[in-house]
Amino acid sequence: MTNSNAPPARHPGANYLNSSYGVRSWLLTSDHKRIAIMYLIGVTVFFAIGGLAAALIRLELLTPAGDVFQAETYNKIFTTHGIMMVFFFMIPGIPAVLGNFLVPLMIGAKDLAFPRINLLSWYLYIVGGLIALWAVVHGGLDTGWTFYTPYSTVYSNGWVVVTAVGIFIAGFSSILTGLNFLVTIHTMRAPGMGWTRMPLFCWGMYAASIIQILGTPVVAITILLVGAERLFHLGIFDPAQGGDPVLFQHLFWFYSHPAVYIMILPAMAVISELVTAFSRKPIFGYKFIAGSSIAIAVLSFLVWGHHMFVSGQSVYAGLVFSVLSFLVAIPSAIKVFNWTTTLYKGSVSYQTPLLYALGFIGLFTFGGLTGLFLACLGLDIHVHDTYFIVAHFHYIMVGGTIMAYLGGLHYWWPKISGKMYPEYWSRVSAWVIFIGFNLTFFPQFIVGYLGMPRRYHAYPEEFQVLNVMSTAGASILGIGYLIPLVYFIWSMRYGQDAVDNPWGATGLEWETPSPPPTENFPETPAVTGKAYDYLTGREEAAVG
Amino acid sequence: MADATHAAAPGAPPELRHHFVDMEAQKEASALGMWIFLVTEVLFFGGMFTAYVIYRASYTRAFEGASNLLDLRLGAFNTVVLIVSSLTMALAVWAGQQGRKSLIVLFLLLTILLGSTFLGVKVIEYRQKFVHHEVPGPHFVVPLDEETHQPLPRQSEMFFSLYFCMTGLHALHMIIGIGLLLWLVARARRGEFTPRYNTPVDMVGLYWHFVDIVWIFLFPLLYLLGRHAL
Repeated sequence: MTNSNAPPARHPGANYLNSSYGVRSWLLTSDHKRIAIMYLIGVTVFFAIGGLAAALIRLELLTPAGDVFQAETYNKIFTTHGIMMVFFFMIPGIPAVLGNFLVPLMIGAKDLAFPRINLLSWYLYIVGGLIALWAVVHGGLDTGWTFYTPYSTVYSNGWVVVTAVGIFIAGFSSILTGLNFLVTIHTMRAPGMGWTRMPLFCWGMYAASIIQILGTPVVAITILLVGAERLFHLGIFDPAQGGDPVLFQHLFWFYSHPAVYIMILPAMAVISELVTAFSRKPIFGYKFIAGSSIAIAVLSFLVWGHHMFVSGQSVYAGLVFSVLSFLVAIPSAIKVFNWTTTLYKGSVSYQTPLLYALGFIGLFTFGGLTGLFLACLGLDIHVHDTYFIVAHFHYIMVGGTIMAYLGGLHYWWPKISGKMYPEYWSRVSAWVIFIGFNLTFFPQFIVGYLGMPRRYHAYPEEFQVLNVMSTAGASILGIGYLIPLVYFIWSMRYGQDAVDNPWGATGLEWETPSPPPTENFPETPAVTGKAYDYLTGREEAAVG
Repeated sequence: MADATHAAAPGAPPELRHHFVDMEAQKEASALGMWIFLVTEVLFFGGMFTAYVIYRASYTRAFEGASNLLDLRLGAFNTVVLIVSSLTMALAVWAGQQGRKSLIVLFLLLTILLGSTFLGVKVIEYRQKFVHHEVPGPHFVVPLDEETHQPLPRQSEMFFSLYFCMTGLHALHMIIGIGLLLWLVARARRGEFTPRYNTPVDMVGLYWHFVDIVWIFLFPLLYLLGRHAL
């Protein structure tokens, strides 16, 4: 599939990795590519911590009795898992690592619009993460990642305020990243790159950025109020003073539901790139995929009430939120159908990134369709706060976002590192993760439907078989995540040198050397055609 | 640092950062970035405005009664001070576009003076609340209605919770704004702002006007709605 077999002509000192050395040259860099690498390291560390907490959860749930941890310790462990994974892995994950690296490259810019703000947002992310980690180490927090009041404001003995400060700071990191992407995409596209010629990856990032800048400030102020309430005994969410805990839930989910789309839109953006590249076909329905990203971003702000069907929200509000939640299925389905149609009659090559992408499409469809169950007012009462919900959102976030993240990381790894990853082991990892994931979470759909509630450290004996399956799956999944960690690091030293465009893919990022020079492009590229301008098989034959 | 390794093309203005095509593109990016930032600020304050509006609708009597305990004269005075500061800020932006160094410094200093006046008055107002035990928390004493001299409903504490959160956050924005203005004064005195390059003055100007506008909403919401005749 390679375009050129000759090693790329490279002058010493020509790329962003070897242009300067030393810790300072990294910690003070304003190069978006280096900042992306720093995010990659940070995100991986927090993913490992969150994953460790998940392992402890599955260990406890191996047996029905609460025999490994006490209930309160268990609460702290699943809170740690949630906070680390949501705020410090999922939300920054794809945008801050792949987005940071690729958005300027894809639109033919030399950097993001505000390089120093980009660096600042990395520092905010790290400081926020370390503060949250400090809270975990010093005794933890047991409110769940949702901070529901009045538990978080009045009764919890954990480090609520400290953790809240950490998340508040990380929130600003997220806002600044979104702001940077929006301005960059608006003002810095290369000559000729109109909106409809822009890669769909950038459309996805654009949509996610809209949510980041509109949603995050609301959760920031909400967390701030929770902190103020705890510190100064204000009563904004305290029923004793006339405060309304449900108001907290409204404000919290006004961000935290759209936040789910901050996690999935970039993942969808990655999949759009992978599917076309490995079917060697122009993407089917470019404008619909681009438009559906924006539609999801808009709808995301209108569905938060579906988290509160049993929280005392009025039935009429519930009805409206239920209908609006169903609407999200439309743009999501447009994407899934367009991806599969792109694959149809393409010359598909099943390389590792596509394996991950296919895993994404299947698992996301599963997660999305079970979401429709949950949008039903009546059915939701039955499955609310059960493992059915847990399985649903893990299908979206783990089966969806992490699959896409890994797929994207494999696809762009030659560009990022200048090295190829080992093909055999990467295929093994894709399969191990797929199998481990399904074994972990499919039983949770069943056990949840049968009535096992989430967030308890003990459960009735009849649920044990399914829980053992889930724990076994989690062990496989854990191994599946370790394999890429090992071979990515291995490949940086021992991997084969990558050519500029190992996949023969379209896109400006493949027209610059691997790894790219610090200024990305020797000369600003001009764009003359549509994105994904692959020749069809017949045209290729005619040309060849 | 990366910036140092590849300088802008020869002949480019020194203020042009390497990744922009020209000064115009750079300024456009800055302005868009600032406007987007202000959008996030609107949402940030929006959360509290939402809480205020909901509780005001639920506990109208308590909120009106408590609102009457605020000092309308000081509030009105501060409103005028802020509006005038917006004028001086706009004049500083205008002077920046002309590149007139001494005028920029003058108007910036005037803006700082007015902003500080606002904060000083705010300190007086907060102090009164402390003296009257109207600060929410363990020492809060439910105040008496000014007309009936009966205790206000319990939720008057909620009014003061929101009052302190909203005005406090606004004051924090003022303090940050004054810090930014001082930074501009230092840069202006070094003669960094010219007709070609005055983006920072422009951007801080936008921020300052935004903070003023927040107060333009806070003042009627907190001080005026349901106010008894003076």
